[in-house]
Amino acid sequence: MLEIKNAVKVFERGTMMEHTALDHLSLHLDDGEFVTILGSNGAGKSTLFNAICGSFYLDEGTVSLGGINLTLMPEHRRARHIGRVFQDPMRGTAPNMTIEENLSLAHSRSTASPLSFAPTRREKALFRDRLAEFGMQLEDRMKTKVGLLSGGQRQVVTLLMCTIVTPRLLLLDEHTAALDPGTAAKVMEITQKIVAESHLTTMMITHNMSAALTTGTRTLMMDSGRILFDLSGEQRAGMTTEALLEMYSTTTHEKLDNDRMLFEKAHQG
Amino acid sequence: MKLIIGSLQLGLLYGILALGIYISFRILSVPDLTTEGSFAFGLSVSAAVTAMGHPILAIPAAMLAGALAGGITGILQTTFMVHPILAGIITMSGLYSVNLFIMGGASNLSLVRIDTIFKLIPGLSKQDTQTVLSIVACLLALVLLILFFRTHIGMCIRAVGDNDEMVRASSINVDACKVLAFCLSNAVIALSGALIAQYQGYADISSSSGILVIGLASVIIGEAVLGRRSVTIGFISSVVGSLIYRIIIALATKYSPLPAYMLKLLSAIIVGFALSLPAIRLRASIRRQKRGNPNA
Repeated sequence: MLEIKNAVKVFERGTMMEHTALDHLSLHLDDGEFVTILGSNGAGKSTLFNAICGSFYLDEGTVSLGGINLTLMPEHRRARHIGRVFQDPMRGTAPNMTIEENLSLAHSRSTASPLSFAPTRREKALFRDRLAEFGMQLEDRMKTKVGLLSGGQRQVVTLLMCTIVTPRLLLLDEHTAALDPGTAAKVMEITQKIVAESHLTTMMITHNMSAALTTGTRTLMMDSGRILFDLSGEQRAGMTTEALLEMYSTTTHEKLDNDRMLFEKAHQG
Repeated sequence: MKLIIGSLQLGLLYGILALGIYISFRILSVPDLTTEGSFAFGLSVSAAVTAMGHPILAIPAAMLAGALAGGITGILQTTFMVHPILAGIITMSGLYSVNLFIMGGASNLSLVRIDTIFKLIPGLSKQDTQTVLSIVACLLALVLLILFFRTHIGMCIRAVGDNDEMVRASSINVDACKVLAFCLSNAVIALSGALIAQYQGYADISSSSGILVIGLASVIIGEAVLGRRSVTIGFISSVVGSLIYRIIIALATKYSPLPAYMLKLLSAIIVGFALSLPAIRLRASIRRQKRGNPNA
């Protein structure tokens, strides 16, 4: 489904601020996989998402999704195939428009002719049914401006916007991190329901290690723009958060030691 | 009575201007200075085409001219990333020369003894024709705009003004939406200018200076009366605001010792005060809190 080959992105190239955000990263996702991504700040998780969505073009390497080459496709054209939910509930919705208008914006983007009225009666009925499934009473507030909703409610509306036309890929960028624990759990539950129902290929960034191991089918650990390790199947099933932390620190230390050895060798030589 | 009818006619014709300004100011959230140029563009194109003997053709020609002006500002802002205010100023000042050129190098163009659309309805007095046409034109513009902003593309434009980051992440072309909105806004503003030129029977380059503030005053007065609720109500309130504004102006010129040239100062004060109101309220509430809690 998703195929990233040898992706490189360097920011502020040629200045003192130069840093490599993606370092020859390659990744393959099968259809229907649900990948969770861990990594410290600056590891390149969000940069990876930005590269997939087309917020910038890669310096090197390619991205393709479902056989379509996205590498040089502009952002708004990729968006037809990709749904993305951000950490900040404000980012995914238009605050001064109603719930049904926001959903209609997402729903009719691929099909509607520009001058047809929106939302249509059929759309309204569809939105009401879909919102009712989540048990948050949003179906009774279709004409409420989204800006008046709570963060959790806004995230649920955003999730539905991203998935109402089934995307090829769903990207979740710490989408529950700004919510209180109870709401976060509820939004997570709704996320899993949506992903399972539509059999969506999904990538989720999180800082919650146990959530990363228990949600989805595969877990990546990123560091300095690279994939440090990639767990799935039995190896992942047997993994605990302690073991994961242990693995993280040994791998990064090994890398540091290797770097130090190289450095010393270079000096000796 | 004459005062009321005159204010009604002007209120409706300038109400169309307020509709155009509402699109850029409230829906796109960008104060668009192209307005000053595109209003005069509408005036001059309408006057020139009318003088050639085509008063009806003058109206769509003026709207096309306005759309072109808006398109230039829109493309400067999006494709070439010029600061929104600057983009408007650039188009506006360029249009000053264009407008003088259209009027044959003169700063005004008279339509005395030339047929305008306000003389075309047989069997109606000039006064009645003016009333009927201004009502029809304003209602038509109002209804079409309300309907347009209920379509899919209209909703996309609203979303761009509301949260363009979100729209960027969806599959809508943000830049195309913005350019389209500026075209539409300035076409409507030029329509207002086109009608005013034929209504007054002359076009004057200086009558567009300060027109943005007059339009903003109408939008803001309307919102003060009807509230800020939806785009539909926003459009209606802009026209209502324009009517109220014209009545205030008519009364002020009739009963106050103020000379007519003070009107723009008056408009500027109204707009300046109305836009400061949220900050004034905030300060007042902070002061109240402090007084309520002496330890703070």
